[in-house]
Amino acid sequence: MKHARIRYEGTLHAATAATPEGEALRLADGRVIAADAVEAWLPPVEPGTIFALGLNYADHAKELAFKPPETPLVFLKGPNALTGHRATTTRPAGVAFMHYECELAVVIGQTARDVPRARAYEVVAGYSVANDYAIRDYLENYYRPNLRVKNRDGATPLGPWLVDAADVPNPMDLRLRTLVNGTETQSGSTRDMIFDVPHLIAYLSSLMTLSPGDVILTGTPDGLADVRPGDQVVTEIEGIGRLDNTIVGDR
Amino acid sequence: MTLHSLIPQGSGTLYGVILNDHPSLERLGAALSDAPYAAPPKAPVLYIKPRNTHAGPGAIVHPPHGADRLELAATLGLVMGRDATAVTEADALDAVAGLRPVLDVSLPNPVVYRPPVRERCFDGSCPMGPVVPFDRGGDLAALTLRTRVNGTVVAERRLSDLVRPAARLLADVTAFMTLRAGDALTLGIALNGPQAGPGDRVSLEIDGFAPLEIRIGDATP
Repeated sequence: MKHARIRYEGTLHAATAATPEGEALRLADGRVIAADAVEAWLPPVEPGTIFALGLNYADHAKELAFKPPETPLVFLKGPNALTGHRATTTRPAGVAFMHYECELAVVIGQTARDVPRARAYEVVAGYSVANDYAIRDYLENYYRPNLRVKNRDGATPLGPWLVDAADVPNPMDLRLRTLVNGTETQSGSTRDMIFDVPHLIAYLSSLMTLSPGDVILTGTPDGLADVRPGDQVVTEIEGIGRLDNTIVGDR
Repeated sequence: MTLHSLIPQGSGTLYGVILNDHPSLERLGAALSDAPYAAPPKAPVLYIKPRNTHAGPGAIVHPPHGADRLELAATLGLVMGRDATAVTEADALDAVAGLRPVLDVSLPNPVVYRPPVRERCFDGSCPMGPVVPFDRGGDLAALTLRTRVNGTVVAERRLSDLVRPAARLLADVTAFMTLRAGDALTLGIALNGPQAGPGDRVSLEIDGFAPLEIRIGDATP
């Protein structure tokens, strides 16, 4: 099942996809509506702790001129960073480079502490698509990647769906891609993660307790490009969803 | 009833800050311009203490697997009474509903290049005192933060040492991220603070606040 949180007729609703591709949604009250009738898409989960991975694809690490890390490079985000499907994200005035990052998002479904890799999938509720934008101009070498780069309001679209884990037989073999104004600029496979999903869950749960609603953004492959106001950016993961976003300029 | 009293206090995200005190910057000195940092910081340097770290007075903080000594950093948290986005320095303090003592407990690591998830995000590593209503008339710079281990003062700091005082810090942080009602932003911690280990009693004393007392428990097996 694919789950969404939407606004329709001015009210927030929990909904599920009524067709395999989600052209129609079934609201919790039983009504079925067209996807085009949705007024706003919220992130499909109310997030707890939001983890994100840097340099988790070997090709991307190379692209950024970094050696692949020996332990996962993890950073955190606040809930302010998230926005939903079909939202806008602001490119600050005067910056030289803002890039998208198509990422598989893992949503935790159970309290988890010291979970071995072999049992890691048991604590996953489902998967979603994230676009973890970064403003390269603001990188500084203190707690890098720093929050000014990675925790900007609405600069991490998530959605449209939370896809039940049971419906994703192998999350480690999914094609990811990004299209900017319809042209494919980034493509890769979750197969090429340095630290795969079971490894990340085992690692994080060895450091701390994970809870339902916690989200792990698992990093991005190479193929980054600058995006500018007016650009339509689509991040897509096979079987998980297609997340639309539009870049807007600073007020 | 004011709007502030309707907001759940301190239940949101806790953002910590480093390098917001002159002594820490001075101690790093020329190192701020060397590898891996390359240049002194420009924007506030923030980190997050996620929900699994939050704890209250009387908490027992267990060192994570394999650790023995924990570093102690005392600070004061500004608890937001309303959402704050791009606030000006002049208006910033209007968004603050309360203050609370915060003891940021961490695994010692003198290097601040990568986000401190391993060091600062283990369970229970952010004991906090109750929220005290914020009095605009008070002078935060006059407050002294005194940390004791087993009764002996091991660190003492006056909030006159800030690089960005509260209003400036709020303005510079909310320029790029919203602080929501219930979130807290600390005024920053001093790096390389005192350490404590299993069995030690730690307290943070700030005039006008109840002492925040915690204990360091046995290491996690």
